[in-house]
Amino acid sequence: MTEVLRVSDLATHFKTESGLVKAVDGVSYHIDEQEIVGIVGESGCGKSVSQLSVMQLVRAPGEIVAGEVVFDGQNLLQFQANGPEMRSVRGGKIAMIFQEPMTSLNPVLTIGSQLAEMLVLHLDMNAEEARQRAVELLGMVGIPSAEQRIGDYPHQFSGGMRQRVMIAMGLSCNPRILIADEPTTALDVTTQAQLLELMKDMVEQFRASLVIVTHNLGVVARYAQRIYIMYAGRIVESGTTKDIFGNPIHPYTIGLLKCIPRLDEEEGRKLVPIEGLPPNLINMPDTCAFLPRCDQRVETCRNHSWPSLSRIEGEHYVACYVHSKEKTSELTTK
Amino acid sequence: MNSPQNSDNNNILQVEDLKMYFPVTRGLLRRKIADIKAVDGVTFNIKKGETLGFVGESGCGKTTVGRCILRLYKPSSGQILFDNEDISEYPEKKLRSIRSNIALIFQDPYSSLDPRQSAGSIVGEPLKIHHWVFSKSEYNDRVEQLFRLVGLDPGMTNRFPHEFSGGQRQRIGVARALACEPSLIICDEPISALDVSIQAQIINLLEELQEGLQGLTYLFIAHDLSVVRHISDRTAVMYLGRIVEITRSRELYSNPLHPYTKALLSAIPIADPFIEETRERIILKGEVPSPLNPPAGCSFHPRCFMAVPECSQAIPPLRDVGNGHQVACIRV
Repeated sequence: MTEVLRVSDLATHFKTESGLVKAVDGVSYHIDEQEIVGIVGESGCGKSVSQLSVMQLVRAPGEIVAGEVVFDGQNLLQFQANGPEMRSVRGGKIAMIFQEPMTSLNPVLTIGSQLAEMLVLHLDMNAEEARQRAVELLGMVGIPSAEQRIGDYPHQFSGGMRQRVMIAMGLSCNPRILIADEPTTALDVTTQAQLLELMKDMVEQFRASLVIVTHNLGVVARYAQRIYIMYAGRIVESGTTKDIFGNPIHPYTIGLLKCIPRLDEEEGRKLVPIEGLPPNLINMPDTCAFLPRCDQRVETCRNHSWPSLSRIEGEHYVACYVHSKEKTSELTTK
Repeated sequence: MNSPQNSDNNNILQVEDLKMYFPVTRGLLRRKIADIKAVDGVTFNIKKGETLGFVGESGCGKTTVGRCILRLYKPSSGQILFDNEDISEYPEKKLRSIRSNIALIFQDPYSSLDPRQSAGSIVGEPLKIHHWVFSKSEYNDRVEQLFRLVGLDPGMTNRFPHEFSGGQRQRIGVARALACEPSLIICDEPISALDVSIQAQIINLLEELQEGLQGLTYLFIAHDLSVVRHISDRTAVMYLGRIVEITRSRELYSNPLHPYTKALLSAIPIADPFIEETRERIILKGEVPSPLNPPAGCSFHPRCFMAVPECSQAIPPLRDVGNGHQVACIRV
């Protein structure tokens, strides 16, 4: 499969009054064509900021301080955030759907004009063509009687319907990549299922790749082909969905899987919480950020800086001293 | 607390045909033009020491049920028997006596704690209101004891809510609920505002408290079925103001009968791609209708994949299909 996006050593820092926050601290990942990738982590782990950095939507005091975002053979970070190159990519070739559909739609413009705006801007359509296409797109995402509803305002749509509009907008310019940042978190369970299923079908139809940013391990287990687990601004484990769930290696990944209740669990199963709290990212020490909460820490963890990702096998990478060592010694003895 | 004559009856709470209608008014004279039937005929019971889960989507009335039991609302009709006493008609004055016995844990640990009150005084306030303690030292001892009970350092009583993390704040909320040794705690989405890795800490705390404190009963309200299933002995599934299915939590997953329950279960992905590969997915059409104008007959029938014409004729009653498994569907 060909790669559409490669992010290398991306770092986004926020200079706040209380200190430097390394929200994204050396993140590398890639997205293949027509692939569904999950980026998983708790709030504040940098999963959203990493995606906003790719789109160059980080606002001051945030700043992308290092890294490369290679898309279509070009490093996007060489372009000005407001330059014409970036503007043609943003919303056009890489589109994004946000968590709260009410705040990401303009309340004083009709759905139709917001959809058409993108088509006129990115695809050079005239007003009538754009309207036609907008109706077509709304129909595709399952909005009944789209022809009539195109003149409605966002407040006339329910939460689920608004998110459908967002999906239509995201896909309107035939993007190569659709980034969905917690796309269903604010919605009801059955609506969530509808929308995720819709998104999966739509990216298939549009031959786009989908990046799902979420804290919900279930969602990525169901839809993603590959997963990146983030913690405190870094990727701690990555691999195919089956690697991550079938053979989780990083203590944080293992911890996450043990602490969530499952529908199919045995009666009397005890959840094993991860002790402690997610770290405060201000002026973090150099050592592994999970160290204070880790139940498998060894001496090396304390004396060395945060390990980089090392390969377990195939696409499975993990950033942990304990396991990468054990695994390599195991492999050599075999 | 339990009088001798009802020792054979170990229901702590018995709710009979509870209805809560909210009037919709219009105009200057606030003429009533319609009712929102938030809860429309709900019947269930909770045994002492049991955890009953209420699950459903937003607007299904699960929170309203909880609030009626606390008598934060005066129900439109129906009976709420708490310790065999009907509290649904209690006048305002008598309510304080039940509120030391029924406590509430809120969803949002940020807005449910007064930012200007110290953690200790938040936890201790119910003790003062309900005259639970008689001296300053007794008060201090009890607050310290409550802090320890929920896994907080008693040295932190003088701190303010903003100095605590989300998980710790929720522990303060739990301690406050426990202050007057209630026999029933209504937990309304107690973990949904917390981070994934912190949620388990609070779930485990609630479970440990129940093991430690004899007869502590929970009514656990949440939208997340996997959490409800984990913590509850029995689970009730609500849809548009009615219970559509109620049974043992284990049974609910292994043998769901109501089509809505089936859809709800299948909508929740399991964090295991190997299981997900083979799971049946029922994707419902449309969205939850407005409770202002619910569909005739079974309110689920317009979205139901098993619906037949008869479904729109009458509201199906909740009936027992054996082993305490109750379901409201004519197709079952």
